[in-house]
Amino acid sequence: MSENNASLYDQLGGEAAVNAAVDIFYRKVLADDRINRFFEHTDMEKQAAKQKAFLTMAFGGPNNYSGADMRKGHAHLVKQGLNDTHFDAVVENLASTLQELNVPQSLIDQVAAIAESTRNDVLDR
Amino acid sequence: MSLTIALNEHQVHCQEHETVLDALLREKIDIPYGCRQGACQSCMVRSLEGEPPVEAQNGLKDVLRDQNYFLACLCYPEHDMTISLASTEDRFTKAMVIDKQLLNAETLLLTVECQNSMDYYAGQFVNLKRDDGLIRSYSISNSRRHARRLSFHIRRLSGGRFSEWAHEELAVGDNIEVSDPQGLCYYLPNDLDQNLLLIGTGSGLAPLAGIIEEALHHGHRGDIHLFHGSQGVSGLYWIEEMQQLALEYKNFYYTPCVSRGEALIGISKGRANDVAISKLPNLKSWRIYLCGHPDMVNQTKRQAYLNGANLKDIYADAFHVASTTLD
Repeated sequence: MSENNASLYDQLGGEAAVNAAVDIFYRKVLADDRINRFFEHTDMEKQAAKQKAFLTMAFGGPNNYSGADMRKGHAHLVKQGLNDTHFDAVVENLASTLQELNVPQSLIDQVAAIAESTRNDVLDR
Repeated sequence: MSLTIALNEHQVHCQEHETVLDALLREKIDIPYGCRQGACQSCMVRSLEGEPPVEAQNGLKDVLRDQNYFLACLCYPEHDMTISLASTEDRFTKAMVIDKQLLNAETLLLTVECQNSMDYYAGQFVNLKRDDGLIRSYSISNSRRHARRLSFHIRRLSGGRFSEWAHEELAVGDNIEVSDPQGLCYYLPNDLDQNLLLIGTGSGLAPLAGIIEEALHHGHRGDIHLFHGSQGVSGLYWIEEMQQLALEYKNFYYTPCVSRGEALIGISKGRANDVAISKLPNLKSWRIYLCGHPDMVNQTKRQAYLNGANLKDIYADAFHVASTTLD
């Protein structure tokens, strides 16, 4: 394990890093034909704010998300057919966002693991 | 020591080191919230008296900050506050019609003078109310230099109860009621060097013309590009006025567009948003205003964002048609 005592969130660069990542990540998601239909009718500003809250959590930052929130927030998308392939696409966009920001692979793996931990809640299983 | 937060009929005491959100939730007041740390913006409320603490406005768009919106979860009050959850109730003031002119076959330029001077920005909208209570929203097309006088572009919609009445029956000298100005699609002179892209369809030119007048009045230095679109040339208006303005101000560029039929000399062929994006594909650090048809507005908002614009720099006003009798 890392000798570094700083939290994952601090190692990534805190809120400034989240802001930089949201900017790239949300564009990737909207441009990704595998998943962008789920965002067709959303208010873009509200959605960007939600993406920021999600990335803050995935970065190991302060958050108040519970599994129940995750289920409730995605239930309407599960009805529209949201499944593992879509979840994978989001995780892939997240990882490539961090690669673009030159985040070390060891930290990307940690972020991906946190995102992965929400899979069953998001997909309501 | 505790401070008082007034919300509608409630008086909530906010303890030291307690946020407005926590105080409201403690008193079981129903307020939407999510992340509780300023990211999701679900708990946005508005201060009705005075400015909120600046930290509580972190991450909000400039026009929201300007109107004293803030995030309840980030707000440690510094003094007693009066807040509202949604925008305030409509308050109406009396106004008199002082001018009617046709801008083209289907669009009326209506000018009214209000009894009281109004605090508004060009690009905001008001609700106009007829004596029988019928209400429609229209954008203000003139800059705020005329404090009591407001102009609107009213497009005649076949079967449109309000617009047909405004075109046919409403006369100079008649009274009409005007609500407080609303909406967030307007110009603030906080970055005079930022490039502006304005795209409007039909009477979407109304707010954009006001925003341009306001920007030029403030000595805006960045480029200002206006694309005005309609299906045919007959749906455009103020072509000469805008061309004249482009001659007067070397940073103002005007492109009229028609999506169907033949384009005359000086008019581009294609939808205004498509023409604009193809001419200006890189929108990083631009400020963007979109007004008119909801499909155009929503589609272009996404396109502008994907082409590099920051969401906080995109100001949009989709004109939804009220009458159900319309296609």
